[in-house]
Amino acid sequence: MAAAETLYDVIRRQGITRRSFTKFCSLTAASLGFGPGAATAMAEALETKERVPVIWMHGLECTCCSESFIRSAHPLVKDVVLSMISLDYDDTIMAAAGHQAEAILKETKEKYKGKYILAVEGNPPLNEDGMFCIDGGKPFVKKLKWMAEDAMAIIAWGACASWGCVQAAKPNPTQATPIDKVILDKPIIKVPGCPPIAEVMTGVVTFITTFGKLPELDRQGRPKMFYSQRIHDKCYRRPHFDAGQFVEEWDDEGARKGSCLYKMGCKGPTTYNACSTVRWNGGVSFPIQSGHGCIGCSEDGFWDNGSFYDRLTNLHQFGVEANADKVGMTAAGIVGGAIAAHAAVTAFKRVTTKREKADAS
Amino acid sequence: MTIHETLAAADAHGEKAVERQSIYVYEAPVRIWHWVNAVSILTLALTGYFIGSPLPSVPGEASANFLMGYIRFIHFAAGQVLAVFLILRVYWAFVGNIYARQIFHVPFWSGRFWKEWLHEVRCYTFLARQPKKYVGHNPLAQFTMFLMLTLPLFFMVITGFALYSEGAGRDSWEYALFGWVFSIWPNSQDIHTFHHLGMWVILVFVMVHIYVAIREDIMSRQSIISSMISGERLFKDRED
Repeated sequence: MAAAETLYDVIRRQGITRRSFTKFCSLTAASLGFGPGAATAMAEALETKERVPVIWMHGLECTCCSESFIRSAHPLVKDVVLSMISLDYDDTIMAAAGHQAEAILKETKEKYKGKYILAVEGNPPLNEDGMFCIDGGKPFVKKLKWMAEDAMAIIAWGACASWGCVQAAKPNPTQATPIDKVILDKPIIKVPGCPPIAEVMTGVVTFITTFGKLPELDRQGRPKMFYSQRIHDKCYRRPHFDAGQFVEEWDDEGARKGSCLYKMGCKGPTTYNACSTVRWNGGVSFPIQSGHGCIGCSEDGFWDNGSFYDRLTNLHQFGVEANADKVGMTAAGIVGGAIAAHAAVTAFKRVTTKREKADAS
Repeated sequence: MTIHETLAAADAHGEKAVERQSIYVYEAPVRIWHWVNAVSILTLALTGYFIGSPLPSVPGEASANFLMGYIRFIHFAAGQVLAVFLILRVYWAFVGNIYARQIFHVPFWSGRFWKEWLHEVRCYTFLARQPKKYVGHNPLAQFTMFLMLTLPLFFMVITGFALYSEGAGRDSWEYALFGWVFSIWPNSQDIHTFHHLGMWVILVFVMVHIYVAIREDIMSRQSIISSMISGERLFKDRED
């Protein structure tokens, strides 16, 4: 492992030109939403600062985050992040295996104490002492806690590490638990999504490794630069929503014309992500552009919130499957019936009381 | 407190005139709030329902239509009106008469309150014959209004502004003041659902409220409906 060398040193050694390096800095600065001066600042940081190692671990997950990450649009971004900046350990894609691989963890933990980034894909199941996810002969939760001890910060990749995702779906038999409920004493950045957008992932890694700190986070621990706006507010179909033009059936005229998918259960209005601006696969498209509503995959509990195709969420707290309108209308119906019955009894009582009084006098 | 009494006297035919007493209960701000609130709630419920379940799609170009936009605008405007008047109403609870405070608390520590509450419940279930006479709200009414109107109103205002902040942006004052709601429920889809359920709680309250008001106006010994217009509560007899 190279000691005390900067990213720029590594890049030049790999044969990347100064010109390409500057382009990378500009692109990344732009994608992070910085002003014009930031590209220079980034270039300077990458030239002077010691590179930050990144350890990438996998718990209960499907590897969709890794799949997304290696498809980052700008090839240089991928090259830089994957092969040079940072990745010292990623059991899915690294060449080393077995004891050799595990040795890297120990070495990084000791050599870069308090300096490395721990990126976690997936989450640890806590039930049965963590036996539902064994990694390197140990429960994943133990490995996670052990590596987290000396980490500078933790990146929680995807909906699994951030919120729990499908493996935490009710009744959650393995007790799969998001990272921030297990590691309590380290700064954690959540990058939710199932998977997160590749450019968002590389952007986050680049920011942290460049500036040596976490980007500004929102209330829920997500980077503000990518998660402070709703899909709905940046959606190119939004004018159809405001106009009141919806897809009512999958094969109707609205669907062909690209109307709003609100009635088809699109979760864009409640989902915070960069899909409608950054898009996917190098800016080619994103779910709504392909004619399917957003399923809200970067939101907490999206896996337990009923059908992806329902506008109103089903409630199961009452032991029945019904949405707010059904519950409300049933309640209103019962109360309406009770009022009618009560009025009838009142009228009856009044008549009989009057008769009693008349009889008495 | 002003008490007006119409003199008891016998008319030419020797029939005893009914002796009546009226008390000024609902001050003007309370009455104005009541009616503004009523109109706001109706507007909000109707537009809110159509936000959750939109009307059939309108034809034509998107640029020529703004139906959903107008519905949402009316909803937001009515919500702001309701919130402002709720704040004024809270202020009036402090400076108004004792009846202006009733719907903001339930004296759950008072044994007498629960005893009289039970008596009211027995009256409404036809177990007791004669309800007690109250100048303001009876204990059951106070209890119900607090639980099914006052609390839900605050809940709707808070969640409403939190949801509004989603569109207004993370640097809006709405988010600064009400963003903490997202710490309780991270996924705003849940807040939408609870906001929706809140509407039904208030609508059920409205149904019961209107029924009971009409029923009491006919059945009981005091005026109800006209009191919310004039402020005066008229007592039709002098018995307790």
